[in-house]
Amino acid sequence: MIGSFAIAWLGRLSWHAFPQAAVTRGAAVGIVLGALVVLTLLTYFHKWRWLWHEWLTTQDPKRIGVMYVIVAVAMLLRGGSDAVMMRLQQAVSVGSNNGPFSPDTFQQVFSAHGTIMIFFVAMGLMFGIINLVLPQQLGSRDVAFPFMNALSFWLFTSGMILINLSLVVGEFSAAGWLAYPPLSELKFSPGVGVDYWIWSLQIAGVGSLMSGINFLVTIVKNRCQGMTMMKMPMFAWSVFGSMILVAFAFPILTVTLTLLFLDRALGMHFFTAGAGGNAMMYVNLIWAWGHPEVYILVLPSFGIYSEIVATFSRKRLFGYTSMVWAIGAIVFLSFTVWLHHFFTMGAGADVNAVFGIATMLIAIPTGVKIFNWLFTMYRGRIRFTSPMVWFMGFVFLFITGGVTGVLMAVPAIDFQVHNSLFLVAHFHTMIISGVVFGFFAGLTYWLPKVLGFRLHEGLGKIAAWCWIIGFMLAFFPLYILGLMGATRRLDHYDASLGWQPLFIVAGIGAAVIVAGIVCQLLQLAVSIWQRNERRDLTGDPWNGRTLEWSVPSPTPFYVFTKLPVVTERDQFWADKQAGKKQGGYEDIILPKNSGVPIIIGGLSFLVGFGAIWHIWLLAIVGLLGIITALIVRSMNDEPEYVLTAKEVERLENARRRKLKEYAVYE
Amino acid sequence: MSEVTTLDLKRVEAEATDKTTFGFWVYLMTDCVLFASLFAVYAVLHGNTFGGPGGRELFKLPYVLVETIVLLTSSFTMGLAMLALQKRDKQAVVGWLLVTFVLGGVFLGMELSEFHAMVTEGNSWRRSGFLSSYFTLVGTHGLHITVGLIWMAVVGIFTLKKGLTDTVRKRLTLLSLFWHFLDVVWIFIFTVVYLLGSLNI
Repeated sequence: MIGSFAIAWLGRLSWHAFPQAAVTRGAAVGIVLGALVVLTLLTYFHKWRWLWHEWLTTQDPKRIGVMYVIVAVAMLLRGGSDAVMMRLQQAVSVGSNNGPFSPDTFQQVFSAHGTIMIFFVAMGLMFGIINLVLPQQLGSRDVAFPFMNALSFWLFTSGMILINLSLVVGEFSAAGWLAYPPLSELKFSPGVGVDYWIWSLQIAGVGSLMSGINFLVTIVKNRCQGMTMMKMPMFAWSVFGSMILVAFAFPILTVTLTLLFLDRALGMHFFTAGAGGNAMMYVNLIWAWGHPEVYILVLPSFGIYSEIVATFSRKRLFGYTSMVWAIGAIVFLSFTVWLHHFFTMGAGADVNAVFGIATMLIAIPTGVKIFNWLFTMYRGRIRFTSPMVWFMGFVFLFITGGVTGVLMAVPAIDFQVHNSLFLVAHFHTMIISGVVFGFFAGLTYWLPKVLGFRLHEGLGKIAAWCWIIGFMLAFFPLYILGLMGATRRLDHYDASLGWQPLFIVAGIGAAVIVAGIVCQLLQLAVSIWQRNERRDLTGDPWNGRTLEWSVPSPTPFYVFTKLPVVTERDQFWADKQAGKKQGGYEDIILPKNSGVPIIIGGLSFLVGFGAIWHIWLLAIVGLLGIITALIVRSMNDEPEYVLTAKEVERLENARRRKLKEYAVYE
Repeated sequence: MSEVTTLDLKRVEAEATDKTTFGFWVYLMTDCVLFASLFAVYAVLHGNTFGGPGGRELFKLPYVLVETIVLLTSSFTMGLAMLALQKRDKQAVVGWLLVTFVLGGVFLGMELSEFHAMVTEGNSWRRSGFLSSYFTLVGTHGLHITVGLIWMAVVGIFTLKKGLTDTVRKRLTLLSLFWHFLDVVWIFIFTVVYLLGSLNI
């Protein structure tokens, strides 16, 4: 009786689920205390109502974008601490010293690091920036489906909470960031770690898929009058390419995660070692999603660089049409190269050759883009602002990473460096310079538009330099170590190998990167402190070219008083040159707030938690709750409201009066 | 005061419908990729019977043919509901939806009893890689049918209560797209899983 009760209500959950190791226990206590402090502060300052109405229920893409960025930055700190722990372990765990972490903890740490950095940092920053910028760039007020946009965010957050909960209740996967079977199968990973991995990615992944559809439709249908596809800003084009990839790649991830879970929970045999399973199929499936995922992240970043280089070179982007074709080529080719992640699996020389050549081909459109940026700078009047420092660091590092990538595209070479730190150094070069630097540059570039004041340039530049130098210190030794034979995911090695000095250099590099992150946080804090002096009164702090700079900073919730009309590629620049100003007032339809997205986010958390711990009752309740919430939402026939032209004019006048007050500080 | 435009609500509504329809097509494409992945998995695993029965021993083609005819007919009656929608004939819309719902329910029931028979004979998804992929591919289609039936019930009640408003018409159109899509997927399942499976190639 008691037994069946426990299974229904607790599943696999028991007192033993709470952390035993000192490191995880510390982290768990930290998370719980942090959450308690936030909740207490909110209650103490009576901010719950404000939080609910202004943020948690909002459908304004600018606010959703801010929330994405906040979550992603928090996760950067989490994933960054994982990175520091790994560097620490590998710097000291030599010979008789076993380092601070047990092998099992170390495995969980590197699994969590990769998962969090890709899914919750890179994806979060990407969707955040797209939300902040894309609609305005298209001369639109909103995305195509505001409700679904909020829902995507809350699913993303729900997945994020789930993955961090693994620190407090249970354990995380120790099977690497892509959880290859048969290791990730029940037989070899009997705990809840892999299930945490599956469900946090599954829930966040469904959110990403919905975002992909949403932004795709936004770009196709929400462009302002006159903006043909070939007049779109390059960032919008890059998002278009990226979202096509999301729409094609994420369903594969959904299927793959589901199949792994079916193996683990229902005893199926998709990827098991026996009973007719095929583990190699998993590796194919996960990379059929995983390789496009790299381009999903890097394309928007390329778009950001295109905007930045044109603005700070005071020239229009060189080779716009070739940029568009390069994006198209990358979108196509990114689905033809997944096998290069496992040349050593034994597909045969001919198959390996085909995928090796396809991999080398993809360097061509990428090279086109690099040259276009360089030609944009050529004879431009360049301003070396902090976004440009990120960009210059990117060009140098990305070419290094690209060259090592083309090297590894040769299957014969790949056989030598497969699974080594050479590979780890290569993909970190691509992701950190190609994706992370791009998003940081984008944030520095667009935050004045979001916050209404400029960021501290000096600290921004120091941060960028710390990242660039720290990166080189942290990862160039890994290239050498990889060639010396150091494999990835080592928690211990022999002193006679002579690797320790290089690992120590890499550790110092990590410390320099941490200094860079501290500078970034400091930059934000100082800028908020000095916000009155830093107020952006013009709305156009960088002498920009695209439509988002034509509206005031911070962007009003209605964005444009009247939707703009476009005849040129860089419309705002052309308007400035001609001394024109688009304006006027019109009635505006805006979405009302809705609590349904956050509720569905919470319910899907219950579904995930129930499935992880086999508390099936909880999972079913969550699922029924989601269906009910959707039906309730569909009964709402008035999800929008009208802001009259008169009201817009009144708000505009009030804003102008406020600007005059701020001008005193100038 | 500067120039003021007033809202053309008809155009706003038309644009919103246009966006939703396009978005739904994109969603259907992503669902296509989802099914394509499951088909690929089935193609890889369909021979991995691990000493257990294969399709030839398990599938009863006449039974599946009846299932197929039921589902295709439901697609046809869904089409009739759409024709009635064009004529703004609320009674007929609800009537044909009801017929579609019953046919969909019969299909689902037949599928579940087929599954049940297999499991009781000891050929569940735990038996082999082939059976895992069979149950998952066909079951995912069945899950979609279930979602479609819930959706149909909800939109049917809306139609009864609110009449054929713009929103209800939009939802009915999307529902019919979804239902026809599931029909197309089933035709592939019938061909690839059942017909080719019975040949045992």
